[in-house]
Amino acid sequence: MTNNTTSNKAEAYRKQESKDEMKKQLISFGMMIAFTIIAFALVGTDVIQGSFLTILLFVLAFVQMMFQFLYFMHMKDKGHAEASGIIYGGFWVTFLVMLGLGVISWW
Amino acid sequence: MSHDYSIDPNNLPEDPSRVTAEGKMKHLGLWMFLGGETVLFASLFGTYIALKDSTAGGPTTQDLYGLELVFLMTLLLLTSSLTSVYAIYHMKNNNFKQMQLWFGITGLLGLGFLACEIYEFAHYITDYGFTFRSSAFGSAFYTLVGFHGGHVIFGLSWLIVLMVRNAKRGLDTYNAAKYNTFALYWHFIDVVWVFIFTVVYLMGMVS
Repeated sequence: MTNNTTSNKAEAYRKQESKDEMKKQLISFGMMIAFTIIAFALVGTDVIQGSFLTILLFVLAFVQMMFQFLYFMHMKDKGHAEASGIIYGGFWVTFLVMLGLGVISWW
Repeated sequence: MSHDYSIDPNNLPEDPSRVTAEGKMKHLGLWMFLGGETVLFASLFGTYIALKDSTAGGPTTQDLYGLELVFLMTLLLLTSSLTSVYAIYHMKNNNFKQMQLWFGITGLLGLGFLACEIYEFAHYITDYGFTFRSSAFGSAFYTLVGFHGGHVIFGLSWLIVLMVRNAKRGLDTYNAAKYNTFALYWHFIDVVWVFIFTVVYLMGMVS
């Protein structure tokens, strides 16, 4: 009987936890939709131009990506140290490739 | 034996996909794969950025791209990412039917995305004569966007096989890991798309 109560408590705690998790994920989704709309609106309406717009679009994409990795793919949770290391390593290679090809072709 | 993997409904594991050693390895292995995918797409993006203005007198980025279809495709893929989050939520609550339902919706949204992409490519080829062989820009465009579309096709096939194979089996700690790795892969496809709509379409319409 006591055993059952403890497991019920643990169960309730776990349910609350995954509810909170879901709330965070829904907020992430809202933010991603908002960033997408902002990005398309910026290009569609021509309010900002030139390299500032390019940088802004990149920032919006980057923030969206981090929402996806950290919340949707749980990279912020414990037990994801290896996963984070691998993905940040991938970011570093991406940066080098962009830098290398960018310098070769556009400088 | 299959009963070794069964989940005790009175004592649910926090994450059924990472209970067994095999499940943990699958999780780590998928992240390693995604690290490799990052590098693959980095080189394709780099190539596209280097070649996007080499149009050889053919159609340019501004001639081709339209915002409406790309926006629709973005919404489809982003929503399918959320529905797979729902599926994993139900997986953790040991609700197999709801999980299958949400993964089914994910698949339909992915299919919608794919249909839009096929329409887009057909439109470029028939109305603009813009093909893989038109120019360096054409090759780079179809390689990058086509590789992403190929990932969507692969993901959909993977999902269908998973859902059919396990339809009568129910959820256990053996196949939970399989569903979970698929969901991670699907989120990654969406991450790549975020950069495609930013770098290819939005920046292509600006410059």
